[in-house]
Parts: sequence; C-alpha cells; structure tokens
Amino acid sequence: MDRRKFLSLLGGAGLASAMGATKVKAAGTHTFNGYPDAMGVLHDSTRCIGCRKCEQACAEVNNLPKPEVAYDDLTVLDTKRRTDAKTYTVVNKYNTAGLDHPIFRKQQCNHCQEPACASACFVKAFTKNPDGSVTYNGDLCVGCRYCMVACPFGVPTFEYDDPLDPLVQKCTMCHPRIQEGKLPGCVEKCPKEALTFGRREDLLAIARDRIRKYPERYENHIYGEKEAGGTSWLYLSAVPHTELGMPLVGKTSAPELTSGALGAVPMVVGIWPVLLAGAYGISKRKEKIAAEEQADAVREAIDKTKADADNAMKTALDKAAKDKAAAVDREVKKAVAEAQQSFDEKLAAMQAPAEAEDTDAGNSPEEEA
Amino acid sequence: MEHIFYTLHDFMLHTKSIVYILMGLALVSFVGYWLFITGRDEKIRKY
Amino acid sequence: MSNNQKSFWTPGNVLTAFILAGGLVLTFLRFYKGIGAVTNLDDNNPWGIWIGFDLMCGVALAAGGYVTSASCYLFGLKRYHSAVRPAITTAFLGYFFVVVALMYDLGHPWRLPYPLVYSQGTTSLLFEVGLCVATYVTVLFVEWSPAALEWLGFRKIRNFVIRLTLPLTILGVVLSTMHQSSLGALFLIAPGKLHPLWYSSFLPVFFFMSSMVAGASMVIFEGTLAHKGMHDKMDETHLKEADGVAFGMAKAASFILLGYFFIKVFDITMDNDWQYLATGYGAWFLVEMFGFVALPSFLYALGVREKNLKLVRIASVFGVLGIVINRFNVSMIAFNWQLPAAERYFPSWMEVGISIFVVTLIVTTYRFIATKMPVLYEHPEYKDAH
Repeated sequence: MDRRKFLSLLGGAGLASAMGATKVKAAGTHTFNGYPDAMGVLHDSTRCIGCRKCEQACAEVNNLPKPEVAYDDLTVLDTKRRTDAKTYTVVNKYNTAGLDHPIFRKQQCNHCQEPACASACFVKAFTKNPDGSVTYNGDLCVGCRYCMVACPFGVPTFEYDDPLDPLVQKCTMCHPRIQEGKLPGCVEKCPKEALTFGRREDLLAIARDRIRKYPERYENHIYGEKEAGGTSWLYLSAVPHTELGMPLVGKTSAPELTSGALGAVPMVVGIWPVLLAGAYGISKRKEKIAAEEQADAVREAIDKTKADADNAMKTALDKAAKDKAAAVDREVKKAVAEAQQSFDEKLAAMQAPAEAEDTDAGNSPEEEA
Repeated sequence: MEHIFYTLHDFMLHTKSIVYILMGLALVSFVGYWLFITGRDEKIRKY
Repeated sequence: MSNNQKSFWTPGNVLTAFILAGGLVLTFLRFYKGIGAVTNLDDNNPWGIWIGFDLMCGVALAAGGYVTSASCYLFGLKRYHSAVRPAITTAFLGYFFVVVALMYDLGHPWRLPYPLVYSQGTTSLLFEVGLCVATYVTVLFVEWSPAALEWLGFRKIRNFVIRLTLPLTILGVVLSTMHQSSLGALFLIAPGKLHPLWYSSFLPVFFFMSSMVAGASMVIFEGTLAHKGMHDKMDETHLKEADGVAFGMAKAASFILLGYFFIKVFDITMDNDWQYLATGYGAWFLVEMFGFVALPSFLYALGVREKNLKLVRIASVFGVLGIVINRFNVSMIAFNWQLPAAERYFPSWMEVGISIFVVTLIVTTYRFIATKMPVLYEHPEYKDAH
C-alpha cells in the first residue's frame, strides 16, 4: 500500500463518523463513543497470501532481534504461532473445511477502544491514545502481568528471561510513526493491500461496503466492530472468524465487566462500619442489661439474706430472752424452795429439843404445814 | 468540569480516583463521629 | 525447654533448616536469572502457584484474624478471646509473607509502592487489592503489636494500642471484606478464560463468603496443631476455652458453607449452565461442591451436634482443602480451560520449592512468636486485655 492509494481511499470512502459509532455503556446513564479521530487497521484475510513481509517490516521498524527462522521461510506457517517478547505480530495459516486453499491471517494487538490491559493495569502503564493506538510505558510497569490475564485476545507478552527489567511487549500500532503521518510498518509493506490504515469509522464503512458488494466472498461480520467493546484493528474473513483462530469474545468491555465490583467497594466502606458499630452497640447493650439484671438479682439476694439474718437474730434474741426469763424463774423458784426448806428445817430443829421432854415422835408431821 | 471523557476507561479512572479519596475521609469521619456521639457515655471500667 | 545445642536440633528444626537453605538457593536463582528460569510461566499462563497459592490461598487462610476479632469484640462473644491473638498473629504473618511471596512473582518488585504513591491505576481491581492489603497489613501489625509490646515491657504504648482495638477491628472487617472479595473480582475481567461453572458476576461474593469459612477452619486446624506442638505454652484460659472455640467456629462454618452451596446453585441456575455438569470439568466441579463444601458443612454440623471434637477437626481439614481447591480452580485449573492441553500450565519444582520456603518461613516465625510472646497465654502483668 503506498501513500497515494491510501490518501485516495481516504477521500473516496466518505466520512461516516456518526454511522454506527461503537457505544460503550456503563456508569449509570453515560455512554462513551471513543476518540472521534481514532485510527485503525482493516485486515482483509481474503487478500492475505502469507508472505510474512509484514512481520519483517514490524521487526525492522521496532528494532526487534532477528528471528531464528528467516522471514522468507514459509514452513513456519505449518505450526500455529503466537506473539512473544520478540515478535509483535505473526501470520498463521488456517486450513478450513470446504475451501481448496488455506487462509492466512495476521495477528497482533487489536488496540481496543476500551482496552482490558489499561483497565487491569494498577499503575496506569497502558494508555489509549487519541490516535487509536494503545501504548505501554515500561518505566511504570511493576511486572504483575495482570494485563496478560485480562486481554481477551491473549496479546501481551512478557520478558520472563530478563531478571532486571522485564517488560511487557506488544504491537504499538507504530504510534511514533503515525504521529509523524507515516503508515504503520506492516501496512506499508503489505503487497496485497490486505492491511488498510485509516480512521476507524472510515474503515468500518469500507468493510461494510466490501461485504455488501461481495457477499459470497465475505462472512457477514466485521470482527472488532463490537468485540470487547470494539477494537481499532478490524478483520474481514471468508469464513467464520473463529475458524481462523479468533477467540469468541463478547461485546462487553473490560471496564463494563469490572464496574459492578469496583462500585461495591465504596458501598462497603459506607455501610459496613454502620452495621458493625450497630452489632457492637447491640452486644454491649445486651451485656449492660445482663449486668444490670445480675446486679438486681444480687442486690435482691443480699436483701433477702439480710432480712433472713435479721429475722433469725430476732428469733434468737427472743428465745434468749425467754430462756433467760425461764432460767430466772427457775432459779427464783429454786431459791424460794430452798429458803422454805431451810426455814422449815430450822423451825423443826428449834422445836425438836422442846418435844424431846414429851417424847412424842408422832406430833412433828402436824407442824410441817 | 469541561473535560470530555471519550472512553469509559477514562471516565472510571477519574471517578474512582475521587471515590478512593472520599473513602479514606469517610473512614476517618466515622471514628470522629463515633467519639462525638459516645463522648458523654458512662465509661466502661478498665482496671 | 532447655537451650543447649543438642536439643535445638529437633527433627522439626532440622527439616526447617533444610527447607530454608534450599529456599535461599532458589531465591538466588530467581533474582539472578529471572522468573523464566525458575517457573513454568509463559505468555499464555502469566499467573501460576505464586499467585494461585501464595497470594490467593495465603490471603484466604489468614482470614481467621478478622473472623475471631469480630466475633469477640464486635459481636461480644467473649469465649473467643483466647483465640484472637493466635489468629491475629497468623493473619499478620500470612499477609506479611504474601508480600514477601510477591517479591518473587513481580517483574519489578521494588516498584510495588508505585500504584499507591506514584501512579494510581484506580480502574483496576488489583489496585483495590493492593491498597487494601497494604492498609490491612498495617492494621494487623498494630493489632498484633500488644503481644510484642508486652514481651518487651513497653507498658504505656501497649496500653494506648489496646484502646484502639474497637476501631481497628471494625476497620479490619471492612478491609477484609473488600480485598477478599476483590481477589475474586480479579477474574471478572476474563470471562472467556474462566470455565462457566466458576465464572460468575458473583465471584466477589463467593470469595468473601468462603474466606469466612477459611478463617474459621484455620482457627480450628491451627489450634489442633498448636495443641500438639505448643501445649505447654498455653495458659489455663486458653486451654479451657479451646474446645468452645472449636465448636463455635464449626457451628458458624457449617452454616456459612450451606449458604455458600445455595448461592453456587442459584448462580448456575441463573446462568443456565447445567449442561456443563456433564463434562470432565463438571465432574471436578461436583467434587469441589460435594466433597469440599457440602461434606465439611455436614461434618461440622454433626460434630457440633454430637459434641465430637475429632469430627470437627476432620471437617476443618476438608474446609481448608476446599478453600485451596477453589482458589486453585479459579486461578489455574478452570482458568485457561479453553487452551489445548499442550499449552496448559503446571508448576515447576522450583516454583513449588519457593512456595514451601515461604510457608516454612511463616510457620517458623509463628513458632518463635508464640514461644516467646504472650500469644497462647496472657502475660501476668497485663491481665486486663479485653
């Protein structure tokens, strides 16, 4: 693809900015349409011949190391490859049923409208730029690799063999080049115009146009129009995209998938302390009431015991008094009886010598009255 | 705030950042408010 | 407890020394040659057992801290008081060593503070996890510090910290709720990669509920081990309350597991995922649900009802294993289920070695703390710890 062709395409395509803009919905009533001038790439795999010149161009433009197998060696296409830390893009070969020829498809970062990697990154190392590219800042990266978990297309790669500064590696949509008005390296080198660079909205229009014009050539689906909330890299295919190794990805974007859980977090902060303080308050109140009831019971028991003790004391004192009185009575009676007896004896003793002259022993009983 | 959010991501980055700060303030406020409410309650004996 | 050289080298200490030595060698390898040299991680499988076990299980199994402190200080269940300090110690060490384990897994571990102080990626649930865990480790440290302060004799500081118990406990429950659930929420972002029987919008709720079970089970399980190994360090209160603690935790765990079972069933119903039960993954899911959720629930229930401590202890083993299996499933086994077998992940022996090393560090540190500091007993000069 050369610049002239590209510019003419741009002019000819017409601008359809409002047509079918991909909307992402979440956060109450807000909708988001993405950057209006976001660029993208349309990959038409019906045109791809698997020459791998795009792979070579990418490596040159990004100063990637030379691969083990040369780019013109097409036998590598016999095995499925994926991107890795030194390979930002790969072309794979697919033998599909019902076709007498294989289909080739290029794979790289899809530069999503709502990138999962950016959503997942806890240190803001990924940015969706207004030009549509999603770029990575290795100076911030902590190396947690959550972006790799998050990406539905399995794009980001990691330099596992670097002990000091392992970075995430992926396609940049040649962000520095497109800022200068140049084409991405792969788009520029493609000899078959299987790659078209332009505004995303325009590319969607072109893709729909191709499908409309040649319905027998194309599957009626632009992969990337809605997948994961929409991507800047769009795909046309002769067969269902899943037969070309494209993952079946729903249209919900990563921010939409996580907004519920993220929203629950502040709610917990606002509600939990209320509930927990309430639980604390209730349990303290129960303790207090239990303590009061216990104090009451103790007091009652003490009072009762005291009353019982008082009663017992009183009874004992009364009894003691009674016993004392009875004892006194007894003693008095005893003393009186003794006194009487003593008096009687004395009297008898006094009268005894007088009656000794009468020698009458039978008269004494009469004097004992 | 005149800033337009083009992506949900940018929107959430903005709103969540503010909410985290507010969460911290809320937690501090809870403690202060609790101390205010229970300030004149009879003290629990701590030997 | 004599201190001469001969009795120091018990079989346990010999094993510990061996593991620590091996761990140091692996540590050197990891930092000299990079993550790739010691792990089986790759571009398709960026997270392995250092995340699936050390982080996910470590955090879940440290949940006993918030469970016991909430029971005792918020819900007023004083009979759990003797269980609080051991649980808080376990929790503090658990979380602290999660951070240690992360040092191995992160590409730039020294940049761990970046998300907090330098560039806040607030759209990320991992940011939430990081912020919460950082705060909670601090809270746990303060909650745990009285044990150390009593040992060191710093009475005034210790008395001040004790007065913070109530707000710290509430904060602990708030923070725990958030990060336990957020660990589950991490996987919400990848619906295409997690098997439908495990993927759910309610993953955060599942993780939070099961963390309570993890906490209760660990209190029982750990208590069993401590009674065997450190019985002579336990004071009368601790020994007297021990059975009550076990039965109380068992009662709670049993009921929570029932609720958990229900919400899992509801979730499958609402997503209409029944057909997956008839697959290989489905069979494994049923093993997890019936063998490690329903079964421990029932064993706990029976144990409490019959006052059978042994049954409760067996149930706690199933409870702990259930948490481990669930976290393994979500992060490694049901994750990337759609990849062909040749591309699936299995840990390398060196990864396993590092994990064992970290666990041994936790156990050894715990043994040191519980031996020297008033964790299993109340310090005679600080009997007011309420």
